Order: sequence, then C-alpha cells, then structure tokens
Amino acid sequence: MKRYHPLKELSLARLREFFREPEAVFWTYGFPLLLAVGLGIAFRTRPVERIYVDIEQHALAQEVKSVLERSPEIAVEVHSPRACRDRLRLGKTALVVVPGQSYAFLYDPARPESVLARAKADDLLQRAAGRRDAVATEDRHLTEPGSRYIDFLIPGLVGMNLMGSGMWGVGFVIVDMRVRKLLKRYIATPMKRTHFLWSIIGGRLVFMIPELIVILGAGALLFGVPIRGSLQAVFLLSLAGAVSFSGIGLLAASRAQRIETVSGLMNAIMLPMWLLSGIFFAPERFPDFMQPLVQALPLTHLNYALRAVILEGAGLLSQSWRLLVLAAWGGVSFVLALRWFRWN
Amino acid sequence: MGNALVDSGRDSRPAIYCQALRKQYRSRSGTVDALKGLDLEVGRGECFGLLGPNGAGKTTAIEILEGLLEADSGEVEILGMRWGQNDDELRQRLGISLQETRFAERLSVYETLVLFRSFYRSGKDPAEVMAVVGLGEKARSWVGKLSGGQRQRLAVACALVGDPELLFLDEPTTGLDPQSRRQLWEIIRDFKEQGRTILLTTHYMDEAERLCDRVAVVDYGKVIALGSPGALIAALGGDHVVEFAVADGGAVPPEELAALPAVRGVRVDSAGAALTVTETHVAMPALLELLRARGLEPARLTTRHASLEDVFVNLTGRHLRDEEVSPS
Repeated sequence: MKRYHPLKELSLARLREFFREPEAVFWTYGFPLLLAVGLGIAFRTRPVERIYVDIEQHALAQEVKSVLERSPEIAVEVHSPRACRDRLRLGKTALVVVPGQSYAFLYDPARPESVLARAKADDLLQRAAGRRDAVATEDRHLTEPGSRYIDFLIPGLVGMNLMGSGMWGVGFVIVDMRVRKLLKRYIATPMKRTHFLWSIIGGRLVFMIPELIVILGAGALLFGVPIRGSLQAVFLLSLAGAVSFSGIGLLAASRAQRIETVSGLMNAIMLPMWLLSGIFFAPERFPDFMQPLVQALPLTHLNYALRAVILEGAGLLSQSWRLLVLAAWGGVSFVLALRWFRWN
Repeated sequence: MGNALVDSGRDSRPAIYCQALRKQYRSRSGTVDALKGLDLEVGRGECFGLLGPNGAGKTTAIEILEGLLEADSGEVEILGMRWGQNDDELRQRLGISLQETRFAERLSVYETLVLFRSFYRSGKDPAEVMAVVGLGEKARSWVGKLSGGQRQRLAVACALVGDPELLFLDEPTTGLDPQSRRQLWEIIRDFKEQGRTILLTTHYMDEAERLCDRVAVVDYGKVIALGSPGALIAALGGDHVVEFAVADGGAVPPEELAALPAVRGVRVDSAGAALTVTETHVAMPALLELLRARGLEPARLTTRHASLEDVFVNLTGRHLRDEEVSPS
C-alpha cells in the first residue's frame, strides 16, 4: 500500500494552489518587478537640470546676465519687476536678482530649487566681483553602481515584498480556509495541527526564493545593482524576514472570521512600515520624536540589514542585533497566534 | 493486544450515546437554546437519521457528537470513547461530512482525496473511493469545476477515504437535484451494507424513510419522536392519507370527517383537510358521499401513503418544509 505523509501532502497542496492561481503569482513576482523597473526608470541618472533665474530690468541687467550665463546650468531672462514677481509666484523662475550697488535676491526659502539658485547666483556674482576661493575644492560625481537611488531602492523592495507576501501568503490563506470551513473540515480528521501550520509557513519560504531571484536579478540585469555580500547571507537574512512576517500574518489571521477583517488588519499593520521603514527613502529623514516608533518596526531592521549585506557586503554576524529584533517580532507573534488561533 | 479487554468493552458499547445535551448560543437579542436536553443512542451498524426543520438543532447536535463543538452540559460517548480523552483514536475511526465545506478549488479531485487520505494511519486507496462515489472520470478535474452534486460526493468521499467505522453526514443532499440525491443514497446504502454505522441529519422525510433504520424527530432542541420510520408512521393509526379541498371556500365540520369509516385522524388547515385512513377504498366512497350530501364539490382530492411529514405535522402542527430555504 502506498504511504502518504501528511506534511508532504499538505505542502504539495499549498504549492499547487499557489502556482495554479495566476493572480497570486503576479502579485508576488510580477508586481515588485514592475515597481522596480518603473522606479528605476523614473529615478535614473538624468542630465543636469536647468536653473531658472530672472533679472529685473536695470542698467546693469545685461552685465549681470553675462556673469550668470558663465554657468551652463543657469537659464537667465530679463523682465520688468512686476513680471519677475509674477514669474516667481507661478514657479516659472526660481530666483529674481535685483541689480544695483549691491544685489538683492528674491525667492521663497521653502523651495529647494530657489535655495540652490540663490547659492549658485551668489557664488557667480561674488567671483565676478573678485572673490578668491580660500581653499581648493573638487567635485566627484557619484553615479557608479552601488550608490545611486536604484541601488538604495532594490533592497527596500526586497524587504517590502518579504513583508507583503509573508503577511498575505499566511494571513489571507488561513482566513480564506476558515471562511470555506476547510479548517474545520481538517480538524475533523486526525490531521496534526502542527503539520498544517508548517505546510503554510514552509510554502511561504519556498515562494520566497523566486521572489528574491526576480527582484535582485532585475536589479542586477537592468540597472547593474551589485550584490556585495554573500548570496548565503542574503538568503538567510531574507529567510529570517519571511519567517518573522509569517508569524505576524498568522497572528493577524488567528481569529478573523472574514476576509475583510483580516485585510483591514494586515493593511493597518503594514501601513506604518510602508511609510516609516525605509523602503523608498532613509528612515533617518523622520524627526527625532518619531525615531522610537521607526526603530521598533521589524521592516526597518530588515531593510537596514538587507542594505548592509547587499550594498556594503556586510556579514550576517554584524547584523545580529537586527536579526534579533526580527526574531522577537516573529517569535512573540507565533506564540500569541497559537494561543488565540480559532480553528472553527 | 494487551488491552483486548478494554477494546471488547468499548466494542459492546453503542456507536453513539449521548444524554441531556444542552447548548446555548449568545446572540444580540439574548440567548438561544439550540439544544434543550437531547438524548440519543445509536447501535452499531445502524443508519440513524436526525430529522427536523431548519433551526431545530440538528447541526448543533451532530457537531457536538463529532467533537467539533462543546456542549454546555451533558454526556457524549462515541464508539465507547470520550472527546477530550481519546481524540486522535476517535478521529482515526470517524468519517465526517460537514454541512458545507468548500474544498480548495485549484486541487484536483484525486489530489484532494490523497490529501485527506494522508491524515489517516490506515484507509482506502483514493482511486478506489473515487470509483465508489462515481467520480473516477473526474480524477484530474479541479474541484472548482465540479457541479454541486459532484462536490457533495467529493465531500462524502473525503469522509470515506479514512475507512471509518462511523460516518457523520450533515444534510448530505440539501440543494441537490433528484439524480444526485439518488447517487448519494446509493453510496450511503453501500456503506451501511458493510455493517458500519451512519448518523445523518436531513430535513427531507423521504430521505429519512428510504435510508434510515431509525429516526429521531427533532424540534426546538429536543427529540419529540423516536423509532423506525415504519413504526412512527404506524403510530398515526393509518398507512394512508386522503387530502382534499372543497371549492368556493366551503368546509366540512371535522367531527363529521372523523366519524367516517376507516378514518383514524383528521387535520384541517387553510389549504384543506387531510385524513389519516386505514383503508382508502372504504374511506373514499364515504367521503364522496358526505360531500355530495352537503352539496360540496371537491376541488382537489388525492391519496398517498402516510409519511414522516405527517408524523411531524401531527406532533407539531407545522410542516417540516415550511421554511424550505438552503441552510446558511
């Protein structure tokens, strides 16, 4: 007689269900790929932006114009004082220079491009008036792989995806089975509950591997994003992240009786991490009073660790604190989920 | 082998025994008594039916017996064992089909059965079970593509694949077309012929009459009648029912109907009257004579065998199928 092992059969069922559902496959693999490509193109290294500066009509206007035009980035126009102010207000120009014995700069200090234009214009005018630089400086432009925005973004996308598919891949699947009364049907058999939970989490870990390959592969092939750390470290770190978020997903699903409930709950859990955990920009940008919250989130630590390993070639040991935070989130969630879990 | 004595003790116990089962549900509008002291005893090899209208407490009762729901109070013994003490042992020997289970849509029939087979230490070959329930040709079809009747047969197949001693079926044929119902009845009869025990719930009295050795009629959480379908019907006093209505809203006093020869019972409601009779050929001419004498024209006149429906109406004054809606 054939032998059937429940853990094997449950895991096979999980894999079949996932790969036979085109939507699930798209959201897990296709979506992050599109996101990476889209953002990569949007933030690719662009030619230097033009800086627009207006000069008020004045006897010296043409002289000032020729000084400013020494910099190829600056586009200069001369207008009446009134037209200058209108153009400033409408954003057509970043800065208005009022010539005279001394110069006045009109601009809105809240507009970064205005601040930049002011600095540039001031610099050019001072030099033209005879200022000498006190110390020699040199510009080195960082556009080599490893330090561009896309390099920052790709590990963030890996982290975001590990969170999203960990939560959905566990939380949604379990509540769906509960709604279908399939969980109840399972516990009406001698099935071991641990086998069931292992199959769900095991499935999640298997689905994670193509996820990593798709995102990191797209980054490497399309944008030349480097992987400086060992592949083993990247894999183990992702595994830790996937397990941790599976635990949180299990907790979200432990009692929910409806798909809407678990969806809302999971979005509420994930929203702060989408915003604060450094997927698209560094979490240090948030003010100090928010840092305790930012630093408490598991995705923040996963993203830090992923960037350290992928971009800086750090070893796993140097990230042990971050791994510990992930383990704590995952572990506590698992324990609570198992205590509260509702099978029927 | 060491516990042969214990086992034989267990085996001499009834397949299902429960006493004084009570269960309350809390709802927004207060508490609802789903079971109000339910007693049952089902012998080994019996096919036993819980018959009652929707909301009578049948599903609550069967889920307590299946160990899926806890009673507030009362005793349960299944195959001589108790829930909470021998759960794994019991689960190995029970086959359960819930009222409504939506199996994974993207697994095939065969994959689903192999999955359920893997949960049991011993059991049947999934291919063999597929043949028994007539799903052999659907082996590779996804569950999502099956018809209602095929899904229900799959649900029963999942209950059979562990080769159970005792089979629980909750409303196995609700919502199915007549042909699918007959196919399921065949499967249940096959199982019974192997000497195994079945407990099923239904609100179709024809199903209970055809399949069950004994039925318990359940209403408002209690057993209100118990016995073989034949005995319950016989207790009505007659095997046949004559139903008639008269045109133009005319009526015949019930006393006069009861006085007719061979009539053992009279029921009058807005739709007409129903007489329980021992011999149709004696009662019928007398009834027609009575109508003619009162100058009434019969608008509808039928005779049929008495059924469990009549038993239920007789006991409760309500029809079993008053609320013929699919259970939620």
